[in-house]
Amino acid sequence: MFKLDEITKESIKEKGLPLIEEAKTKLPLYVSVRELPLRFQLATAKIQRFFEGLKQGKIYMTECKKCGQKFFPPQADCPQCLESDMQWIPLNGEGELLTCTMIFVKPLTHMHYENYIVGIAKMKEGVKVLAWLKIDDPRKIKPKMKVRLITTRREPEGFITYEFIPKET
Amino acid sequence: MLQDVAIVGVGHSKFGNRFDVRIEELAWEAVSEALKDANLSAKDLEFLVVGCAGGWSAEALPAVICSEYCGTLPKGSVRVEAACASGSAALTVAYNFVASGYVDLAMTLGVEKMYESPPPVQIELIGRAGNYFWEFENFGMTFPGYYALHATSYMWKYGLKEEDLAEIAVKNHFYACMNPKAQFKKKITVDDVLQSRYIAWPLKLLDCCPLTDGSAAVILASEKIARKITDTPIWINGIGASTGTGNLSKRDAFLELEYSGLESAVEAAKQAYKKAKIEYSKAAKCFDVACVHDCFTIAELMAYEDLGFCKRGEGLNLLREKQTYNGGLIPVNIDGGLKAKGHPIGATGCSMIYTLTKQLLGEYSKIAGREAQATIKRGKALAHNIGGTGHYAYVTILSLEKPNP
Repeated sequence: MFKLDEITKESIKEKGLPLIEEAKTKLPLYVSVRELPLRFQLATAKIQRFFEGLKQGKIYMTECKKCGQKFFPPQADCPQCLESDMQWIPLNGEGELLTCTMIFVKPLTHMHYENYIVGIAKMKEGVKVLAWLKIDDPRKIKPKMKVRLITTRREPEGFITYEFIPKET
Repeated sequence: MLQDVAIVGVGHSKFGNRFDVRIEELAWEAVSEALKDANLSAKDLEFLVVGCAGGWSAEALPAVICSEYCGTLPKGSVRVEAACASGSAALTVAYNFVASGYVDLAMTLGVEKMYESPPPVQIELIGRAGNYFWEFENFGMTFPGYYALHATSYMWKYGLKEEDLAEIAVKNHFYACMNPKAQFKKKITVDDVLQSRYIAWPLKLLDCCPLTDGSAAVILASEKIARKITDTPIWINGIGASTGTGNLSKRDAFLELEYSGLESAVEAAKQAYKKAKIEYSKAAKCFDVACVHDCFTIAELMAYEDLGFCKRGEGLNLLREKQTYNGGLIPVNIDGGLKAKGHPIGATGCSMIYTLTKQLLGEYSKIAGREAQATIKRGKALAHNIGGTGHYAYVTILSLEKPNP
């Protein structure tokens, strides 16, 4: 990825315009001098219990008290019943791996992590969860292997999230 | 009573890294070609429906900018978003505008200028196309990653191998070489695919479609207007649309054998087949040619099964027997597909309609040569356009015959 600012500054200084040559085609490009920082703020009020749970090492799902439908990710409203009366239930953590991938080419905001494995597991409670799978050797991954879902701190940021580990460890 | 709707003109830009044009100039290439194809002027159009996912390009109002540049002002316009199926979603909107009698002549324009942002930003934005907090924020999913989850699941269930997937890339690159509008013009081998680097295991670079700039346009008319414009209208016999879960974790496809594909694609196909009076289990024998959404090799394999071209787990047989090459049971993506023709997100659905219209008219041979022209016996063609990873699904059926003769 090219560094917008340096090239833009240099071009303006040299040519009076933020014009660059595209590396391969040599076609002229005008580099916008406006860079937009984009950081979203997501409302958590209706599922705050989930985040409180993470702090206590628990991963909650919700279950509609009326129809019994289970939700993960947890949600506060049941579209079936048009009710919002949910029971918050912590997952016991036992699951079975349904599929996985290892991400080699990462998004811009995840470039600082080592290649990571993402898996989906079916939990004992019936809901399915997507999360990273931490395993010392990816060759040990087997279809339907037993995994545990645990809370963890994600470094280097240090925030609490959840991940799968093999059941044996 | 709904009006029958016909395609009376199509246009298509060159796909690729289009550093030579801005979004409206790119749109112009497809719009002007479609207008010339129908012998119309921009002022004749009554509505412009623009399929554009956007985010990576500067213009926030692409429908307006393209309307102004292409000369359709002051007619109405709207931008439609359905991720990688935006083109088909836009076609559905325009189709319904004409079918309902709201207008008699409308254009669908699919356009995407992805390279206004550097590739890592594009990868970031496509990776967010799921349920943002639960799959992207903490787990950094990517578009190849989502499809890789399906590929792994398919491997675990049916013994699919990476070299099997490579065969799909080989086929689509083979046909892209003949398509003058395609991004890639290089034949590849199974070994080339296997030696390319991993993007999201088990998918490698040559299992993936490229990032692409491009546009395609389709002019739709009511029967009375269509008859004045052309002696050979192509009719829309049915469109099916379906939405899948935002969270891939909620997909039953990862659980049971019978659900191994994209549930939304199955639903969209069944809806479209019902409208066009096609039996799901006999679908492969009802079409002369199909364009399916092969953003990744695994996606084309799942499409064979989701569309009822074969039973679950038997897509590999179709492939190994070369039944999806031209001359086979059902030629698929013989314009190169997304995989090698390129995948400008919002334009892809319209690009499929362009290919299939030319195929049904027997004019594709003039564009790409006789080897890429399907034999037209049944007079029907199918477009299967997926947004995200089965988040949106659109199936469109085109025919030489009117839906209500």
